[in-house]
Amino acid sequence: MPADAEPSIPKTAATTSTVDSPAGGPGGPGSRELIRLEQVTKRFGDHTVLDRLDFSVDTGKHVTLIGPSGSGKTTILRLLMTLTKPDEGTITVDGERLFPAPEQQCREVRKKIGMVFQQFNLFPNMTVLRNITEAPVTVLGLSRDEAEDRARELLDLVGLADKCDVRPTQLSGGQQQRVAIARALAMRPQVLLLDEVTSALDPELVAGVLDLLRDIARSTDITMLCVTHEMNFARDISDQVLMFDSGRVIESGPPEKLFGDPDHERTREFLSAVL
Amino acid sequence: MNWDWSTLGDFLPLFGHGVLVTLQALVLGALIAFALGLVWALAQRSPLKVVRWPVTAVTEFVRNTPLLVQLFFIFYVLPEWGLTLSALATGVIGLGLHYSTYTAEVYRAGIDGVPAGQWEAATALSLPRSRTWAAVILPQALRRVTPALGNYVIAMLKDSPMLMTIGVLEMLGQARQFGSRTFQMNEPIVVVGIAFVLIAYPASLLLRALERRLAR
Ligand SMILES: Nc1ncnc2c1ncn2[C@@H]1O[C@H](COP(=O)(O)OP(=O)(O)O)[C@@H](O)[C@H]1O
Ligand SMILES: [Mg+2]
Repeated sequence: MPADAEPSIPKTAATTSTVDSPAGGPGGPGSRELIRLEQVTKRFGDHTVLDRLDFSVDTGKHVTLIGPSGSGKTTILRLLMTLTKPDEGTITVDGERLFPAPEQQCREVRKKIGMVFQQFNLFPNMTVLRNITEAPVTVLGLSRDEAEDRARELLDLVGLADKCDVRPTQLSGGQQQRVAIARALAMRPQVLLLDEVTSALDPELVAGVLDLLRDIARSTDITMLCVTHEMNFARDISDQVLMFDSGRVIESGPPEKLFGDPDHERTREFLSAVL
Repeated sequence: MNWDWSTLGDFLPLFGHGVLVTLQALVLGALIAFALGLVWALAQRSPLKVVRWPVTAVTEFVRNTPLLVQLFFIFYVLPEWGLTLSALATGVIGLGLHYSTYTAEVYRAGIDGVPAGQWEAATALSLPRSRTWAAVILPQALRRVTPALGNYVIAMLKDSPMLMTIGVLEMLGQARQFGSRTFQMNEPIVVVGIAFVLIAYPASLLLRALERRLAR
């Protein structure tokens, strides 16, 4: 079922939020739903982490997930990256099923998604350049030269053009995270998932990485789904902010509304605790 | 203790042969142990029970029976089923097979030691499973386990005199043969003992240095 032919999903105040584009929501002119979760439930043992969650993200939008630790934000990104599977529900990306779907299809859909992790997860056995070229060469079939050209451009973008040949372990955390961002972008994903990408960094390195991401948000049309505790950053880049609590979206809206005049007491509490 | 330098002179050429045989058994046996151990370790991570279960059975069985029994089995029993191997080939295969069950454990620990984030990054980049193993997981795992593998090579060296029991004339075999012919045991045994130290001690120093380097 093509995503853009679908009527809007049934809404219940607590679980549904659709990231409406200014042009008028899913199906509206100039907007297209890229990610859709429907009735997604995820349990770890007896603990229900996500409870019949519905939400969608339109192409090109920057959506930020905020909420207390343990509320299931990482789990959502991991579901989209197929690092873990839901127990129930459906996940659709760019009109194609990601769950439930045969492994072959998962593999294809996965190529549309890039992810940057809290702990960078660079490959320590490869140089910075190899980290970035490995997947474009082996997965996308680029020639080594093409892949290296692309990698050098990206390293230039993230401000590490001179670090091609060093090992990730020789870089600072902030530099490693920039390489990880370049590595994810090298696959030209449609969506970039960012999971608290600055929370493992020394405080003085955070700003540089956030500025880079602001840059990318501004200058590319990549869709971003971002978990962060950096509220200023969230305010700057987001088209939509979703407030999570206990595996449910309790409030969503444009950043001015959510940060300026939240409807929910829980949101207010959370924001006053982190701001 | 009686010590006769001319006896020593008589023994040295034979000893030279023995050293070569010991080293040959050690190098070939270690290569088998390294390769086969990796096969066991990977097979034990197979999603298929029919692969995992027999491999676990075989490796547990081999690890928990004495090397000497395995050597006798290969040398005396297998020929009954039509598989006859030379003494040296038996020794190499026996050592390699026996120690492969230990190296398998070493590899397993090394593979388990690669952080889950490495697998996740590989998935996020859509790397196929085979490529993830070859380019990401194994290079990191092997680096971790090199010192432990080296320790097993030294253990294999010290077990190599067992090959004497099936007639392989490695260092100790040469010494015993020389002794029973000349009734002069002192010189050959002392030489062989020293030779073991001279091989094993520098090797373990080298390993420790390697361990320090890899730990950095
Ligand atoms: N692999 C796992 N096994 C068991 N529980 C998990 C696992 N991963 C996450 N959880 C639990 O799921 C809940 C949500 O986790 P997470 O999505 O990481 O939250 P957040 O990113 O919002 O802090 C937490 O209570 C956490 O303990
Ligand atoms: Mg998290």
